[in-house]
Amino acid sequence: MTNSADAIKAEKIDEQSLVKKANRQDLRFAIIGFIVLLVTMFILLALIADFMRVGIPRISVDFLTNYPSRKPEQAGILSAWVGTSLVMFTTAAVAVPIGVAAGIYLEEYSPKNWMTDIIEINVTNLAGVPSIIYGLLALGLFVYTLRLGQTVLVAGLTLALLILPIIIVATREALRSIPIEMREAAYGIGADKWQVVSMYLLPTARPGILTGAIVGMSRAIGETAPIITIGALAFIAFLPPSPVQETFPFLNFEWLHSPFTVMPIQMFNWISRPQAGFHVAAAATGVILLMMTLLMNGLAIYIRYRIRRRT
Amino acid sequence: MNVAQRAAIVEVMPQVPTANAETEGPVRARVIDLSFYYSDKQALHGVNFLVYDRQVTAIIGPSGCGKSTLLRAFNRMHDLYPDNRYEGQVILYPEEINIVSPQVDPMLVRLKIGMVFQKPNPFPKSIYDNVAAGLWVRGIRKKTLVDERVEQALTQAALWGEVKDRLKTSAYGLSGGQQQRLCIARALAPDPEMLLLDEPTSALDPIATARIEELVTELASVVTIVIVTHNMQQAARISNYTAFMHLGQMVEFHKTAIMFTNPSDRRTQDYITGRFG
Repeated sequence: MTNSADAIKAEKIDEQSLVKKANRQDLRFAIIGFIVLLVTMFILLALIADFMRVGIPRISVDFLTNYPSRKPEQAGILSAWVGTSLVMFTTAAVAVPIGVAAGIYLEEYSPKNWMTDIIEINVTNLAGVPSIIYGLLALGLFVYTLRLGQTVLVAGLTLALLILPIIIVATREALRSIPIEMREAAYGIGADKWQVVSMYLLPTARPGILTGAIVGMSRAIGETAPIITIGALAFIAFLPPSPVQETFPFLNFEWLHSPFTVMPIQMFNWISRPQAGFHVAAAATGVILLMMTLLMNGLAIYIRYRIRRRT
Repeated sequence: MNVAQRAAIVEVMPQVPTANAETEGPVRARVIDLSFYYSDKQALHGVNFLVYDRQVTAIIGPSGCGKSTLLRAFNRMHDLYPDNRYEGQVILYPEEINIVSPQVDPMLVRLKIGMVFQKPNPFPKSIYDNVAAGLWVRGIRKKTLVDERVEQALTQAALWGEVKDRLKTSAYGLSGGQQQRLCIARALAPDPEMLLLDEPTSALDPIATARIEELVTELASVVTIVIVTHNMQQAARISNYTAFMHLGQMVEFHKTAIMFTNPSDRRTQDYITGRFG
């Protein structure tokens, strides 16, 4: 009975040296990890710092409230940041409900057969399709076939298509990571499928879904290629109609059908000009764009923190 | 351990009514004034007791009394989570090291003391790989030795006959009771100095439970066992010594026979006669 135990003893496992070896390994990996982290962070920070050094002095109230101009000193990004805000709002309003609903359907409702498998594989693959392809799709479908024009609505729909797979996958992951016990507990008290999903699964999955939505939005805000493809203008000296009005019904959706520009396009346009003044303006636009993304991420972290604290 | 330390131990031991240390055979571990804190919350209050060599020691007590906390201190599981803190000593013999000391590496403790958890937790690998895992971790790779030891450990865990034809299949294909015996085999394979069992039968049916109990009794001849259990009959059936805990304190520690027939503390009596808990 004990002969192989004796053989184990005969191997003379030196526990102390095993521990020492493990500690050395841990230390080595920790140092390498820290250096790699430093290098990546340094590159990122250097990039941002350079951006800010050039861009920040250019940012002023005028820069935010002026339209683009032929003179670099007078050029502003009013139409660009308003355009970006409206397009992002449209994108979120379209992509988040559809994406979450699709994720819930695929994870909780769909029958598990080869059709669902094919849809699943496709959704995952769509997340990796180059964004210009979405631009071409939108140009053919929204602009030429449906004749929606080169408008805020079309840009919002295009970017929504682009980030839908990200939101669907995030929703499914969030739902899948909920322990099976919670489903059993909810079904066990006699809840129907929708009650299980809406009362227990969705609230638990919310932080994960929110993260997915923000990752998607952060990607959409910087996209240039699909927006250029559908024909956004680079020089716009007017704003879309205001979404709020003084007369009934107070909300106005005319802005959806307005031509527009967005910040990445404005940057792209200025970078390609020969005058140095425009390059500075482009850097300043970059800083604003970065700040908008950070703001969006910050908001998501704050909301997630609030949700976590309540449960 | 020097004379002064020994004297200090003798001085603290009488705080809890215990079996007489020196007349009962060799001691494997001595718990001295062990307190444990989950950040601010104190879960163990100055626990004292002994673990005798190649005996089964059962820790019983109502839910939340700290029995699992005490057991997990024996292989430093608490070190996996932040803000946990030990006070006091758990001296492991014959090395005479304090296994809850911050100076002692938790990994060293775990190389000496194996643990089986409440829910069977095999790795998502083959049966063979599960049992061999502890050997590989210790740098034992010689195929013949590992093969031999895997068979031995599975035999010791009374599982060899059931799995010998499918060693290379997934451990997840086993039933709950088999999985738990696999986990015992995994813990036994490296020939540990002590085996900790944390309510190993609470997720199992009566037949699987009976097999594990039988197994524990047999294993006591090769390895020192500390078992936490909810089930008093189980403690009475399989253990040589019993420790009764209540509200984070060690109320009583005795030979099992004495504990269940002639307990000296009122709370012990109330608990084992089913008046609370």
